Amino acid sequence: MTTPISTISQSAAYQTGSDPRIGVYVCHCGLNIAQTVDCDGVAAAVSGLSGVAIAKGIGYACSEPGQREIRDDIEKHNLNRIVVGSCSPRLHEPTFRQMLIAAGLNPYLLEMANLREQCSWVHMKDPAAATAKALDLVQMAVARARDLAPLVEPKLPMTQRALVIGGGVAGIQAALDMADNGYEVVMVEKQASIGGVMAQLDKTFPTMDCSI
Amino acid sequence: MTDAGRHPRITIHTLSEVVGIKGYVGNFDVQIVKKARYVDEKECTACGDCAKACPVVRPDEFNMGLSSRRAIYSPFPQAVPSAYVLNPSECLGNNPVVCSKCLEACEKKCIDFHMSDQTLSVRVGTVVVATGLMPHDPRVLDEYGYTRFENVLTSLEFERLVNAGGPTQGHLLRPTDRKRPKSIGFIQCVGSRSARRGKAYCSNICCMNTVKSTLVLKEHYPDMAVKVFYIDIRAFGKGFEDLYTRSRRQGVHYVRGLPGHVEEMADGRLRVAVENNTGGTLDYYDLDMLVLATGVEPAPSTHKLQEMLGLQLTSDGFFLEAHPKLQPVDAATRGVFYAGCAESPKDIKESVTQASAAAVRAIRLMQADQIAAEAITSEIDQALCKACGKCAEVCPYNAITVDPKKKMPAQVAKAACSGCGTCAAECPFGAITMNHYTDQQIGNQVGTLLADRSAEKILAFACNWCSYAGADYAGVSRLQYPPNVRLIRTMCSGRVDEKFIWQGFAMGAPVILVSGCHIGDCHYINANQWTVKRIEKVRKKMEKRGIRSERLQLEWISAAEGVRFAEVMTRMEQLRRSVSEQEIADTIAILAKDK
Repeated sequence: MTTPISTISQSAAYQTGSDPRIGVYVCHCGLNIAQTVDCDGVAAAVSGLSGVAIAKGIGYACSEPGQREIRDDIEKHNLNRIVVGSCSPRLHEPTFRQMLIAAGLNPYLLEMANLREQCSWVHMKDPAAATAKALDLVQMAVARARDLAPLVEPKLPMTQRALVIGGGVAGIQAALDMADNGYEVVMVEKQASIGGVMAQLDKTFPTMDCSI
Repeated sequence: MTDAGRHPRITIHTLSEVVGIKGYVGNFDVQIVKKARYVDEKECTACGDCAKACPVVRPDEFNMGLSSRRAIYSPFPQAVPSAYVLNPSECLGNNPVVCSKCLEACEKKCIDFHMSDQTLSVRVGTVVVATGLMPHDPRVLDEYGYTRFENVLTSLEFERLVNAGGPTQGHLLRPTDRKRPKSIGFIQCVGSRSARRGKAYCSNICCMNTVKSTLVLKEHYPDMAVKVFYIDIRAFGKGFEDLYTRSRRQGVHYVRGLPGHVEEMADGRLRVAVENNTGGTLDYYDLDMLVLATGVEPAPSTHKLQEMLGLQLTSDGFFLEAHPKLQPVDAATRGVFYAGCAESPKDIKESVTQASAAAVRAIRLMQADQIAAEAITSEIDQALCKACGKCAEVCPYNAITVDPKKKMPAQVAKAACSGCGTCAAECPFGAITMNHYTDQQIGNQVGTLLADRSAEKILAFACNWCSYAGADYAGVSRLQYPPNVRLIRTMCSGRVDEKFIWQGFAMGAPVILVSGCHIGDCHYINANQWTVKRIEKVRKKMEKRGIRSERLQLEWISAAEGVRFAEVMTRMEQLRRSVSEQEIADTIAILAKDK
């Protein structure tokens, strides 16, 4: 059944994010980011921000040692929000969300700052400006992280039955594949017989055999 | 066909149509109207005694009207279900005085004139749309004389004439004199590949269908003169070139050029005038028969289904897939999949491949008894909602129900909500919270960005699916652009609330960019159309307040347009440089006063 999100997101512990303890990790990504952006400098600059419990540069945040370091910090410093400044969230958001789950945190308490695709790689000739931008992006991520609330993906019941609209060759094949895999199929065909256009054809290419 | 008919887990409803679908993935409630067959489907043995007794003669649709059937008939010999069907509009009726001959003839008493249409309800978890195609109707543009000359046929009519189960038992006969033609011509691209006549797209199957037909003819009648008039032969599939070569080698004459004119001669033969593009000559061919390789068009039911399921269509009128490369059988509506020609013209092999893909995509969802829904959804504060109905109007998924007349506050069906956030951006009363992209969270980002040196910065909003991805692509391509751009990611440009823009200008933003998917590419069906309207509205307000409206820009950048992203950023920087400190200060003052 649907989990009522509202009851969770409005629960007292998280409602205001009154006591955010944010861990900020500025990933070097080898030299991908660190060559252009002063990652450790950015981490140091945000360490004093409100709600930031710990901020540090990290070699490869996505690597197993990197993830372990963050997980250990979550436990050691009692962190409840994570900011990772690294590659695009379109790449590693799922990775870090999994890490949060493994550390016992809600996966939606993660925020990422895009320091690689949208910073170090596109401002390679201007390290100072890139570092200033990285600092802005991480600060913005921290500001957003303070108000992040845990979310739960509601579970919906799944009716294990499929509707196939159209009884031509495509509909028949889809219906057979699903039915052979154990699912009930309801097929709806407008005509008096299934078969569609295919049934009207004589030989069919490329095998030149009968269609039915 | 018979496998499907016999399968214990497949229920086939023929003479049926889906008239309504409500709900969402996992729980679609489907209404089906099943028209009366007037013959008991289970009892009928298809003995045919009824048809023998029936006095009504009508053209047989299955044979394209080239033969006849009775008012009670079997659609075709291999029909599934193997039962006769009575057409009530042709039947003389259940009156012993008038007819009722079939009732007497049917020993098993399967015929029931009192049968009525049924409405069935069924709940399903997934839907496969396999509505097929409609062949192009050559009557609309009568350029090759289809309506005037009896010996001009469509490819489907030709199919029936060479089919062993067809009206002539597979012996090709010329319609006018019922003699075997000595020469035959095929005209390609009828209704296809022309912006002026028919459809602009290639119908995909007609070239190979004609190649096949020529091989069938050459096999049966080696002496027959077979000509094909074409633009170019598209024999791109596995084994296709081989068939094409075989056809040429067997003496089929391929003439590059479509006929400009067809006229009938006294003996019923057809004179075809064609400009041969290879030799640049105007040639005339006298042929006994002409076959029009008619194109493939979307099925007539497409629009109705599109509305019922909230699907999208391409400009050609076929169903639009969620992603042309990575989700080729998924609809944007979760739990709906495409198979066969409903999605685009395709041959049998491709249809079957796609159908199997659609089946697996559906099974992937159905294999668990529960499904995780989107967590990033909107929530409505019932106390603040004034039931104005705006949110329901803008929701691309019909996920919001509200009754403005009865002042019933809006409610979000969480399962149907996909999280674009347009409702939250449009709500005039601030009653909607978009989870994970709340006003507070985005406001924090804007505030932090512009807290210092705001005049140097470019505030840009980018939708997750297209423009943010386009920015990533610019990065992957190492395109260099001005470093003072800061992106704020939202799931959809539809989420960018007016107040974020005012907040930005009030805090000294020189310029602001809102970017999203191109119109028609929106990941949330059409939510970005509301972005357009909103930005236009804000720009008008800016002008009214004496703020230069060019300082707010709207751009569409796709995930593949890294170059375009970099160009837009460069343009934004030029625009930023045109905004003076005085102008920024004036704007701050205007907005502070208005507040």
